[in-house]
Amino acid sequence: MTPELGQFALILAMLLALAQGVLPLVGAWRGNRALMATARPAAAGQAVFVAIAFGLLVWAFLRFDFSVQYVADNSNLALPWYYRIAAVWGAHEGSMLLWVLILNVWTVALAGFSRRLPEEFLARVLGVLGIVAVGFLAFIVFTSNPFARLLPMPPDGGDLNPVLQDPGMTFHPPVLYMGYVGFSVAFAFSIAALLGGALEQGWVRWARPWTNAAWAFLTCGIVAGSWWAYAELGWGGWWFWDPVENASFMPWLVGVALIHAQAVTEKRGSLRAWTILLSIFAFSLSLLGTFLVRSGVLTSVHAFASDPRRGLYILAFLAIVIGGSLLLYALRAPKVAGGKAFGLLSRETVILIANLMFTVAAAMVLLGTLFPLIGDALHLGKISVGPPYFGFLFPLLMLPVVLLLPFGPFLRWGKSEPAPLKSVLLRVVIAAVACAIVAAFFVAGQARAIAGVAAAVWCAVGTLLYVYKRWREMPRGRRYPAEMAGMLLAHFGVGVFLVGVLLSESLSVTRDVRMAPGDTQPVGAYTFRFDGVHATRGPNWHAEQGTVTVLRDGRQLGVMHPQKRTYPRGQVQTESAIDPGVTRDLYVALGEPMDPNNLEGAWALRLYAKPFVRWIWAGGLFMMLGGFVAGADKRFRAKRAAVAAAAVEPALPAAEPRA
Amino acid sequence: MNPTRKRRLIIVLLVLAAAAVAVGLTVFALQQNMNYLFTPSQVRAGQAGAYGTFRLGGMVKAGSIERSKDSLKVGFTVVDADGAMPVEYTGILPDLFRDNQSVIATGHMADGHFVATEVLAKHDETYMPKELKDAMEKAHHGGKAVAASEEAR
Repeated sequence: MTPELGQFALILAMLLALAQGVLPLVGAWRGNRALMATARPAAAGQAVFVAIAFGLLVWAFLRFDFSVQYVADNSNLALPWYYRIAAVWGAHEGSMLLWVLILNVWTVALAGFSRRLPEEFLARVLGVLGIVAVGFLAFIVFTSNPFARLLPMPPDGGDLNPVLQDPGMTFHPPVLYMGYVGFSVAFAFSIAALLGGALEQGWVRWARPWTNAAWAFLTCGIVAGSWWAYAELGWGGWWFWDPVENASFMPWLVGVALIHAQAVTEKRGSLRAWTILLSIFAFSLSLLGTFLVRSGVLTSVHAFASDPRRGLYILAFLAIVIGGSLLLYALRAPKVAGGKAFGLLSRETVILIANLMFTVAAAMVLLGTLFPLIGDALHLGKISVGPPYFGFLFPLLMLPVVLLLPFGPFLRWGKSEPAPLKSVLLRVVIAAVACAIVAAFFVAGQARAIAGVAAAVWCAVGTLLYVYKRWREMPRGRRYPAEMAGMLLAHFGVGVFLVGVLLSESLSVTRDVRMAPGDTQPVGAYTFRFDGVHATRGPNWHAEQGTVTVLRDGRQLGVMHPQKRTYPRGQVQTESAIDPGVTRDLYVALGEPMDPNNLEGAWALRLYAKPFVRWIWAGGLFMMLGGFVAGADKRFRAKRAAVAAAAVEPALPAAEPRA
Repeated sequence: MNPTRKRRLIIVLLVLAAAAVAVGLTVFALQQNMNYLFTPSQVRAGQAGAYGTFRLGGMVKAGSIERSKDSLKVGFTVVDADGAMPVEYTGILPDLFRDNQSVIATGHMADGHFVATEVLAKHDETYMPKELKDAMEKAHHGGKAVAASEEAR
């Protein structure tokens, strides 16, 4: 009975979403306050019913209700309860339900925190979010019902894909979706601004904390995904330019451009149309990401849904959302353009250059990701674009961004003098060159490692110089407003990230070797000794577990236990063993037994020493933190209390250099 | 030409130059890194001849996996409905690599066999990559579809 209740709740939620999508927009258009006032209750009602549906699906998993097809496909009696909850978003239908649930979380948060926004504006924002919700709820109800019955009920279910049975996987999708879906808020603000025309000047300030939070969530989700690929897939890499990784990376890149463009628009009024366009792009790419991951049109480890009807629906939905919003943009954007002019040497200019690089990078990734589809459509044959395409173009596009990064904060809005920049330039050059020379002695002339140290010092020292300048020049308490602190944290994170990427990429040592018990193998400065394999078991798997002892200069550093797990349906999963460290990770994965009939004998082993690999994710976490801190600035909240003032208030004086 | 126009002209030219460089680099990078997928019978028919590195897709022939006694070298045969191709690979095979599993190997031809640098098997045992399925159907149904794609190329 409960699954039918879930389906019923979804249908009710869809009808409420329809009301939320239509009535407030009509109300705002006609100036009808009663219709505008329906937005909030409709949103709240929708959220309640979606939450009920989601809760019932969780309940079905916890109770082993195998009469529900989705539950039977993705769980079994042996699966521990925490993975049964994670299994809710372990496949297509549940992921879509999670998408809608998170959209509702954002909508309700927005409705709750924005009581002081102008009535019409909020009605339009919630209306746009309602339309998005209709699209996804209709998708679930008509093409991907998670509550579909399976009769007769099987005694036991299938299994959750073993790759997904990992603690990282339990929170990676929800966090990633918080980011994806969060861009719908920035999108809704932009569409509302377009609909409202020139009346709403202050909207960018209201949109900024939401965009920052969404971007920070997306950052966190990508970091978690990258970590999971590193630890769980047994490949030891952290980024593969896989279509699905690209799908999350494109909105991230546009998101970086967007949060900077929003700062310009809010402070100076310029780049207004560009900001709106970026919001549309960011959300469109989020939708495209959902499409790429869920439709199975691209070959990828993530692509599990292969129903063409679904692909067609999402394609049509994409066409309507992107086409519709771009059409609206073309019609209305000229009316919202404006703002202050800026000189060649100004903060606006560097932000604009960085914006262009990030947008072009996103376009480059988009081209590489969709090229197999294009090639297929044009009958060019079955093509794939190799990672070196991205690996070659992406650093090239990011080079100007990294070079400009230290100077952004030092530049003034509007027009800047070159003199103070020269002293900054001199200092970062000296610091970067000095550190590169020192590093050259440690890394045996590896050019990429030296470049990595130089680039990281360039970013970090540039950021710290600005921290010092504020410390010296500003009175206590006004030195680092949250918005600026967030910017500095994120910029510092870029430096940390660069250390991780360039040092681990250039200095890692990889050995794929055949080892019999007792064999030793040197990997960099370390020696790995293979002590054989024995059988072990877990709650729903059995495994061969290897014992590998790591030595350095004859001293024992640790014992590692990589596993080769076998799950009930015969799926095999490699569990790597990682010995983490600040300056290096040691990584062991079991390959296969050399003789399948003699498991105690020789095995193929993959051994890695990866210097500074952890700094990659640390850098990402700094950026995430920066996004949250900047979004939490009191200024955004305080101004909301005086929205009427914000609408007419001129931008901050040009002389005050704030982020 | 007045100064404003001159400045605009310079900006337009700079943007055009940047765009040209970007397009040129992108085309270059794409050309260098495009990998075509062929099945064994397509390779036998000489379709892969023009490409140094390409991807070979098909099923692992049952009983064809042979390991070297003292290294990580492994040999196996990839088949489609009408053809077979011996493959040589040195390294660790993916978890789901086994008899009758669909695989995609990246590499090049040497002395009549395929030398793989990377072997992929999908993480879901019932799942066959769509592109591989298409390619195998195409190769099986013979001339027509293949000829069409040949013309387009």
